[in-house]
Amino acid sequence: MTSATFVRQQLIAPSNPPASSVGTPAWLRQKLFGSALNAAATVISALILAALIWPTVRFMFIDAVWDGSSRVDCLEETVKRPVGACWPFIAAKFAQFMYGFYPADQVWRVNLTYVVGLVLLVPLLIPRAPWKTLNAVLFFGVFPVAAFYLLVGGRFGLPHVETRQWGGLLVTLVITFAGIIGSVPLGILLALGRRSSLPLLRWFCVVFIEFWRGVPLITVLFFATYMLPFFLPESWKLDPLARVLIGVILFAGAYMSEVIRGGLQAIPRGQFEAARALGLGYWKMMAFVVLPQALKIVIPGMVNSFIALFKDTTLVLIVAIFDLLGQLRAAFADPNWATPVTVLTGFAFAGVIYFIISFVISRYALYVERRLSTGVAH
Amino acid sequence: MDNDAPKADPTAAAPARDIRTTRNPIAVDMTGVNKWFGPFHVLRDINLQVKRGERIVICGPSGGGKSTLLRCVNRIEDWQQGRVVVDGVELTEDLKSIDEVRREVGMVFQQFNLFPHLSVLDNCTLAPMWVRGMPRKDAETIAHHYLERVRIPEQAKKYPAQLSGGQQQRVAIARALCMQPKIMLFDEPTSALDPEMVKEVLDTMVALAIDGMTMMVVTHEMGFARQVATRMVLMAEGQIIEVNEPVPFFTNPRHERTKAFLSQILH
Repeated sequence: MTSATFVRQQLIAPSNPPASSVGTPAWLRQKLFGSALNAAATVISALILAALIWPTVRFMFIDAVWDGSSRVDCLEETVKRPVGACWPFIAAKFAQFMYGFYPADQVWRVNLTYVVGLVLLVPLLIPRAPWKTLNAVLFFGVFPVAAFYLLVGGRFGLPHVETRQWGGLLVTLVITFAGIIGSVPLGILLALGRRSSLPLLRWFCVVFIEFWRGVPLITVLFFATYMLPFFLPESWKLDPLARVLIGVILFAGAYMSEVIRGGLQAIPRGQFEAARALGLGYWKMMAFVVLPQALKIVIPGMVNSFIALFKDTTLVLIVAIFDLLGQLRAAFADPNWATPVTVLTGFAFAGVIYFIISFVISRYALYVERRLSTGVAH
Repeated sequence: MDNDAPKADPTAAAPARDIRTTRNPIAVDMTGVNKWFGPFHVLRDINLQVKRGERIVICGPSGGGKSTLLRCVNRIEDWQQGRVVVDGVELTEDLKSIDEVRREVGMVFQQFNLFPHLSVLDNCTLAPMWVRGMPRKDAETIAHHYLERVRIPEQAKKYPAQLSGGQQQRVAIARALCMQPKIMLFDEPTSALDPEMVKEVLDTMVALAIDGMTMMVVTHEMGFARQVATRMVLMAEGQIIEVNEPVPFFTNPRHERTKAFLSQILH
């Protein structure tokens, strides 16, 4: 083909790529050992992973003690080898970690709450499941009320269980759930208020948001628990857990509102104008046109806040409410289980629980995000 | 079915009764309207009467206040001085009057402004259901009717992003028509379209004009203007420079600004 002109005589049929460029060996070569630097990065990463994973596996499984009834079974002197996790400790304290000091014969109420919650939540999360509106009303509207009566009792023939008896994962989940359910509507209202054209409303929202964002959660919890009663009339005797819940909701709501405001700002002006031109009033415009788009944009930020909230709940420990981590620390003090590995075992257990829940939330959010962005690509 | 359609409407030539018009002989009446954006005087003493069934085409250099004028008719923009009366209802601060007017006035935007999270059908049924309180079934019947009218009935289940620009703009027209407005406002409806899609949108608008819709259109499409306009309005520097019927407007412009503008867009 040295001449300046060219006419193809025969079309080239497609053929397979060379064997050296496909399959696992090629992938390994290209992705992991493509260059000297890549190879070094691969080897170093592998070493770090191995250095982390191997001791973990040893601690959690290989060296772990699986059977026993007291601290003696988890001591090196008894086992005659290095000791990893002391799982009998978790088994012995499991009920406490899950329910705190909820009366053992009433624990079914907590479990029933979990089951009902899951039964309502799971179809809500599956896009193809039918009756979404009814489902949402049941989960966000009816379930919290039902859960309240079920857990607190005192009605419908259920014995009253004081919230000070609650603890462990139950408290963690109650605070997280109430925080999420409460903070999203509050956040939406605050975000809308902050963008309102009414100056007074706007200023109020700005001050409110900045106040709660400027104060650490610990302070909020302290204030809600120990100071608030002085400001409220004597007859207003709020339950300690309820006080904490209100504090958490206001705190999380302020953060949520800033996340949501980001989404509102991303909606083009034309969307507002089109909605108004069609005659939609403010609330209908927000509900049907603006918020569905704005909330979709901020799903990652909201999930981030949810996970942060889930983990922050552990701060309630300082106002003597025992969440999962609180129960854990209380259990460390039990002389029956005082061994060198008790603390590590407990934290490993809590870590696994926190990780599983956070990971599930974040993976689901990722799935939702992908699904929404394929359905309605801009 | 439609009590508002007058018995003897001179402009409603077509038999189609799916287009409503105003009962008032004057559809839009703007008197002494002045508007400022901060210190900038965008609308200066606007006086314009649009009669029932009229098709007003507003043209002029960009930044002349054409869109702003149009957006005052349904009070997407407000103004500081003057009166705007739409179909007998004076637009005031009162939200009730604004809502009343917006229900009866449809608007089509340069950027379509379809709701991207809703299907074409849902875009069309949203306002009839939530503003007019129509049952979903009825709203869908109406939506299908007007989607048929803009010749895209088969796209009802799709999302706006899956449509071409021309199709999106026709959906936007259908969405506005679903409220069965008495007056339609078009704000540069073809300016954001690829050249090959301009015609399909203009054809839709011509069909509306033939059926007697009262229309106010901001556009640079002079062919369209000649074809459907009952009167032409030239705006520059926030004021109405010249108003005339299309034939004399194009063949015998009187104001210097009009001559200059026409010589620039008609070669």
